[in-house]
Amino acid sequence: MSTTAATRPVGVDIQESETNRSVVEAIEATNEGCTVQHMPGLVRITAPGRLVVTRESVEERLGREWETHEFQLAIVSYFGHIKEWDDDEIVIAWDH
Amino acid sequence: MTIAPKAPRKLTMKQRYEALTRDLDWEPSYVETSEVFPYTEFEGIKIHDWSKWEDPFRLTVDAYTKYQAEKDKRLYAVLDGFAQSQGHLSLTEASYLNAMKLFLQGVTPLEYQAHRNFAYLARHLNGPGPRFAALCQSIDEMRHTQTEIHTLSNYNKYYGGFHNYLEQHDRVWYLSVPKSFFDDALTAGPFEFLIAIGFSFEYLLTNLLFVPFMSGASFNGDLPTMTFGFSAQSDESRHMTLGLEAIKFLLEQDEANVPIVQAWIDKWFWRGYRVTALVAQMLDYMLPRKVMSWKEAFELYFEEQMLGGLFQDLAFYGITPPKHVEHAIAEKEVLSHQVYWTLYQFSHAAAFTTTFPDAEAQSWLSDNYPGTFDKLYKPLWDKEARNLEAGGRHFVRGLPQLCQVCQIPMLFTEPDDPTTICQRHSEYRGEKFQTCSDGCQWIFEREPEKYVQAWLPVHQIYQGNCGGPTVPDVLAWYGIQEGDGGEYKGSLDAAHWARWHDAADHSHIGSEA
Repeated sequence: MSTTAATRPVGVDIQESETNRSVVEAIEATNEGCTVQHMPGLVRITAPGRLVVTRESVEERLGREWETHEFQLAIVSYFGHIKEWDDDEIVIAWDH
Repeated sequence: MTIAPKAPRKLTMKQRYEALTRDLDWEPSYVETSEVFPYTEFEGIKIHDWSKWEDPFRLTVDAYTKYQAEKDKRLYAVLDGFAQSQGHLSLTEASYLNAMKLFLQGVTPLEYQAHRNFAYLARHLNGPGPRFAALCQSIDEMRHTQTEIHTLSNYNKYYGGFHNYLEQHDRVWYLSVPKSFFDDALTAGPFEFLIAIGFSFEYLLTNLLFVPFMSGASFNGDLPTMTFGFSAQSDESRHMTLGLEAIKFLLEQDEANVPIVQAWIDKWFWRGYRVTALVAQMLDYMLPRKVMSWKEAFELYFEEQMLGGLFQDLAFYGITPPKHVEHAIAEKEVLSHQVYWTLYQFSHAAAFTTTFPDAEAQSWLSDNYPGTFDKLYKPLWDKEARNLEAGGRHFVRGLPQLCQVCQIPMLFTEPDDPTTICQRHSEYRGEKFQTCSDGCQWIFEREPEKYVQAWLPVHQIYQGNCGGPTVPDVLAWYGIQEGDGGEYKGSLDAAHWARWHDAADHSHIGSEA
């Protein structure tokens, strides 16, 4: 059994809160084909192969500045590999 | 909506991180590198270029302190509200707190040990990237220790079992399971520790360990635990990253590292998995309001995400799923039942209580374990129901044999036969040693000189090192007081719970505890 990095699911668990609602909406809008699941206190978002959080789309929904470091207050867990985390985006994907 | 343009930053996140790590590192000029970093060669791991290890979070001191302070502020606001509003009255049932007693006694002291060892890595790894990530993790682990103690101290005001967790961690039989696991990791070299704790514990098994506790808290009215849990887990995602970076870095640096790392994965998967046996029974039996079964949690967090996700990724490096994983998968149907049945019979010697699963709980177990509960475990509880009816709630008065490696009583069964206890024997220097499974036996035989030194609580009691020869002597030495353990029904906790919930006059709540 083998799957490819392009389609194998990656995901992130986010704490359910007022601020994070905008983060979740931004992720939904940025990642076509993602699945959002509500668990006790948590929102789990999974996507095939790759999941991206962009500063711009979060700021648009939040109506204020948001630096990507702030994602640390939202994230509870993830699966996949954090490929990129810079001023503009966070990318979770498998390498291989 | 328009957003005011950002004041231009002098450096980007990436540049700031590079400046930090560059300034934390220099070439020694008057001593050899191996004298500055004396512990990174003896395990046989070969590293050619430490600069290849970067922390994807690109954390710098200012960002780290800013967000950690924010996390603490949010948590302490919740703790204050909880204390001010008699939050302990909103729990589903006082018996829920058994899960939290187990957490405080078994897990919180591990956070402190993790703090110590990551501080050591923050000094002794050669690369500035992993050193700084280890430093942040070391501070995180101290924060977790403190916030867990602060959070649960709110319950210590009202209920038993919370008052002596540190001493109990070092002494009590069931707590030697998590303690010996972590001691095993602390006494390994720095790279093995990274695979043991950073990778196996923090990445492979973290969701199985922590999410059940936090979701359990959320379902059972325990707001402060849920909040500290999420606060700690948000650091955990950085720790997972450190663990995953560690393993990828070791595998990419030299092909000769692959078999060493594989053997560590094989060992530490099984070591960590055995510790999760305590979580399994907590999920299926201790929570008054159930969240998900152990079987379901194992399938989602381990089989789906780790075997189906992570190990597919690691296959690229020639890494295969851990040895004995098939036994863990087979055990998901029986694990929690076997462990709780044992704890039920020994809770007179524990700092938590147990009780008979009522009809509703049994029907939940039957629905969630259609293949095993009715056939194998319901008959045991039916028999105990007859004992209870006759006024004979039973506790085992003898002491169990413990596995030489995981230190759990020998309660597990053969992988293909849930009615036969699994017991493996090994000989070392003319002595016989017992283990509970193929996994633990393999670990023992790989490093017998380490495991023959195990401090096994039952042996220690028989050797006269635990306060005296009788059960009350040993319990006194454990610091277990009246009301800490035994049967939940009729316990001090149950009596307090009933009085505080039924009384019209609430003004004296807590003062009689």
